[in-house]
Amino acid sequence: MKERTIWEQIADSFRSRSIWMLHYCTGCGAMELPPTMTARFDMERFGITPMATPRQADIMLITGYLNTKTLRRVIYTYEQMADPKYVVGFGSCTINGGIYFDSYSTINRLDYYIPVDVYIAGCMPRPEAILEAFNYLMEKIRKGEADGWKRYKENYDWYKQNQIRSLGEVYVHDEFHE
Amino acid sequence: MVAAYKALFNLVLGFFLVLSLEGVGRKITARVQRRIGPPWYQNFIDVFKALSKHPFSNGWVFDFGVLMALGGAMATAMIVPMGSTTWTPFPNSDNFFVIMYLFAVGALGMAMGMVGSGNPWASIGVSRALTQMLGYELPYLIVISSTIFYYKTASIHKLVELQKNGWNLLVMPLGGIIAFISLMGMLGKKPFDISTAPAEIASGPMTELSGKYLGLLHIMHVFAMFVEVSLFVDVFLGGGNLGWYLVKFIVVWVLAVLISSVLPRFRIEQMLKFYWGVPLGLAFLNALFVLLGWTL
Ligand code: SF4
Repeated sequence: MKERTIWEQIADSFRSRSIWMLHYCTGCGAMELPPTMTARFDMERFGITPMATPRQADIMLITGYLNTKTLRRVIYTYEQMADPKYVVGFGSCTINGGIYFDSYSTINRLDYYIPVDVYIAGCMPRPEAILEAFNYLMEKIRKGEADGWKRYKENYDWYKQNQIRSLGEVYVHDEFHE
Repeated sequence: MVAAYKALFNLVLGFFLVLSLEGVGRKITARVQRRIGPPWYQNFIDVFKALSKHPFSNGWVFDFGVLMALGGAMATAMIVPMGSTTWTPFPNSDNFFVIMYLFAVGALGMAMGMVGSGNPWASIGVSRALTQMLGYELPYLIVISSTIFYYKTASIHKLVELQKNGWNLLVMPLGGIIAFISLMGMLGKKPFDISTAPAEIASGPMTELSGKYLGLLHIMHVFAMFVEVSLFVDVFLGGGNLGWYLVKFIVVWVLAVLISSVLPRFRIEQMLKFYWGVPLGLAFLNALFVLLGWTL
């Protein structure tokens, strides 16, 4: 890995303390986010707040299984986010397919399609596990090790090839106007 | 030369004061909701982090709009007096109307840039923000006009001096309360955060903003809030040295935050009905009292 300049180190320490997240809540793991956000576990004390649009967000939470239809949207959303961006995969579904491993419509490994920085094991992970993962992610960002966005740029062809192999085409059709 | 230094001081103080007060406000809201909340310097981290990202642009109208918004807000913040003639950078041009017009430059710049991003949510947000402006400006301007009529001057630092023997808030309590309600709308605090409602219209004007643009607009928002609260403090809460001014500023801010932390959000037409109902009527009543000379 390349040495970071002093500015990048400062920027990385800011980035690790202020994480704006975009949650892609199609899986069951989304259920554990409300308690993580609200009074019981309060993730705002780490500077983590939800944001409304992909343009503003720093991390994307993929909260569980993705089928081929939602994967297209995830790729779109991921490519709309501003660098540096990080991805957190929730639950065993994003790691190896989980209990849907033999389903005809879901994808098994998220890492083939977009780079994932932190996985959270469990089905579904409890808020403690989520906070643990966020702390780990903050640590990684501070050390400059969370470089998924760089990997995506460098290995774009490989990711594109995987996406096309599973999806046929990545383009999202406008069902109402075409 | 001295004026330039004072104006610069205005900007520096406004930036650090409002940004840390925003963090304190988040902390207060968190405590009200029985959470721990972020540290008070969280918003500094947020702004600097936003400035460190690699954003997308949406064309030159968008870029220019963001710069115009920031420039307009900074120019206004430079003019605003801080509680006494000593801390008035430009004593000849701190007229209320000058400030209001300059302030509109920032707001229009933001509207232009955000509509230039081409996102429908942004257009809806901007139209909501302008509608809301229509809502709160009417009672606010009527109250300010009665104040100007009462003191026979529109210059803010003269208004401050004339309040030596009693705050304007005590002269016309009704007007003060209405101006505070309008201030809540200006600040975009909770019952009136219609234009940026994240859950409804994806944070409205800010939808397409990424990275540096978001940071710049946050700074613009900081200066805008500095101007708004400063105007309220100057016009209604009298003068004093810089320390007193800061105390008053903080009290007004904390009050606004406390009110906003327990309230839900209005819909756009409810907001307009609210502002053009009781506050507008009371503002007219207040103007009538001033005209008849029935002030305290
Ligand atoms: S890992 Fe378990 S909880 Fe998470 S999406 Fe898959 S099945 Fe649902």
